[in-house]
Amino acid sequence: MSKTLSQNTAGPINTFLIVQVIISILFIAFLTWRLYTVIDSGAYGPDTWLRFAISGLIIGSVYSVIAIGYTLVYGILFMINFAHGEVMMLGAFAGYFVFEALKSIPVEATGLSFLDSYQIVSVILAFLAGMFISAVVGYFLERIAYRPLRGAPRLIPLISAIGASIFLQNAAQVTFGPKRRTYINPASLQRSVGWRIPVAGEEVILTYTGVLTFVLSILLMVTLYILVMRTRYGRSMRAVAEDKQTAALMGINVDRVISNTFVISGVMGGAAGVMWGIHNGIIYHYVGFIPGLKAFTAAVLGGIGNIPGAMIGGMILGVVESLGPAALGIDFQLKDVIAFSILVLVLIFRPSGIIGEVLSEEKV
Amino acid sequence: MAMLEVKDIHTYYGNIHALKGISLTVEENEIVTLIGGNGAGKTTTLRTISGLIHPRSGEVFFEGEKITETPAHELVYKGITMVPEGRGIFARLTVFENLDMGAYSQPDRSNFNDDLERVFQLFPRLKERRSQVAGTLSGGEQQMLATARALMARPRLMLMDEPSMGLAPILVESVFETIVEINKSGTTILLVEQNAMVALSVADRGYVLQTGEIVLRDTAENLRQNEMVQKAYLGIE
Ligand SMILES: Nc1ncnc2c1ncn2[C@@H]1O[C@H](COP(=O)(O)OP(=O)(O)O)[C@@H](O)[C@H]1O
Ligand SMILES: [Mg+2]
Repeated sequence: MSKTLSQNTAGPINTFLIVQVIISILFIAFLTWRLYTVIDSGAYGPDTWLRFAISGLIIGSVYSVIAIGYTLVYGILFMINFAHGEVMMLGAFAGYFVFEALKSIPVEATGLSFLDSYQIVSVILAFLAGMFISAVVGYFLERIAYRPLRGAPRLIPLISAIGASIFLQNAAQVTFGPKRRTYINPASLQRSVGWRIPVAGEEVILTYTGVLTFVLSILLMVTLYILVMRTRYGRSMRAVAEDKQTAALMGINVDRVISNTFVISGVMGGAAGVMWGIHNGIIYHYVGFIPGLKAFTAAVLGGIGNIPGAMIGGMILGVVESLGPAALGIDFQLKDVIAFSILVLVLIFRPSGIIGEVLSEEKV
Repeated sequence: MAMLEVKDIHTYYGNIHALKGISLTVEENEIVTLIGGNGAGKTTTLRTISGLIHPRSGEVFFEGEKITETPAHELVYKGITMVPEGRGIFARLTVFENLDMGAYSQPDRSNFNDDLERVFQLFPRLKERRSQVAGTLSGGEQQMLATARALMARPRLMLMDEPSMGLAPILVESVFETIVEINKSGTTILLVEQNAMVALSVADRGYVLQTGEIVLRDTAENLRQNEMVQKAYLGIE
């Protein structure tokens, strides 16, 4: 009986594997051919490639920070917090209003605004505000939209997440208006200004905002990683992720750990929002949606539920979508298509992601 | 006053009436065992005491204090720990991290190191495997870890759910030796077992559970002699 069963299942899996390998080979051959034609045509010099790579790493680092928010929540509740992009968007608005407010405060000693007189303090204040607001949003999101549905079938909190996402987007549109706003950065953080690096007779600009974004992302991720892996509190989060009942038997307040997970994920999202504003400049009520989806893709690519996976997935996605259009010789507008094709391919061929493991149904 | 007093509890899973009026007591420093077949309600009784589920009616008292509605994570601070059925170790955490979770309710770091030494003395094997991921331990080692982890909480009452489950006979013997040792050093134990023979050999008193009701209560000695127990649980005709 068990023999026939295993034979029956072995067949389709093998066919699937073969199809998978054939498709992969064709795909790689196609990519290599495109890449060869593009490089051969000499359309882009080394400086351009470097420029793409740098901008990919910067955007990728933001994706990574957002992706960690998805992964933390998934790790603990096995649900996708689709409203996380909106959490990021609200953080971006918080930072924006802090800059606006500081810009309007004159400082007599310097004759400039507070924003331009105390630039470091201003940037810190913007980040604190963004992280705080997003943390609060994350906290109430869990309380209102997810906690009442704990224990319901998995599809239900997912629907609630999408609802929360639409609600937050619309609430932001009603509150802040639909117009696009531009972050007014402090004087030394002007966009597209930075260090000039000579490359093959050209100049590649390493923007200050980009470097700030990248360094801060790495710092945030390292801090979070240490918190989760090296502290007793982090251990308790991992214990709750594995087995809530046994965690409770240890004296861990499971509900509080879940709340705090949303708060931490909000802090990361808020920081990402402010970085987005400072580096990219434009924000509006819809600004969290695409980065949110990209970061979700990154989290899946790295292996959802896995923190290093989210970091690696974000970086890879950023670089691939930045280099991809050029490498394939296609339109730059298509970079989103590349990102979401990756999502679809990963979901089909390797749902566990790069370093994730397949979660057993029983655990879910 | 008994250390633990369970008074006529009725526990449900949805419409399933799993416990139909269970009453039992555990005195300080005793080993009390709860035996019964599969599905009798042993696990449900322990889960109700430890606060993982709450009874629909009836009351639970620990050291005179009513704990019927107290959530599980607060009971640890009052001195009750449970080694759950199937051991419930955190498979992805290391042995050390599991033990650290056991001590979650004990913020005092100096106690922590003493307690760690103590459990490592009891289970030298765990000391060797300190940095190993717990999911890679053998069944016997996982049982040691689950017991050691419970001890890290400095319990006054330890609830154990089928510690012998899935272990080879030699290991079962050593598990029960450890239980006696833990009891001698001042921890009261309520032990749930399907393996009635071993359980009754270490316990002071016992209760026999059948489909959610207690059908017998006596000293362990008398239960071993009891004809019905012998037939149903000890495999003696
Ligand atoms: N999670 C659950 N949902 C529904 N019924 C359950 C659940 N757990 C146990 N039961 C039922 O409650 C009764 C007692 O189960 P349990 O306490 O696990 O027994 P034991 O530990 O003695 O084997 C059984 O009839 C079982 O089917
Ligand atoms: Mg049981």
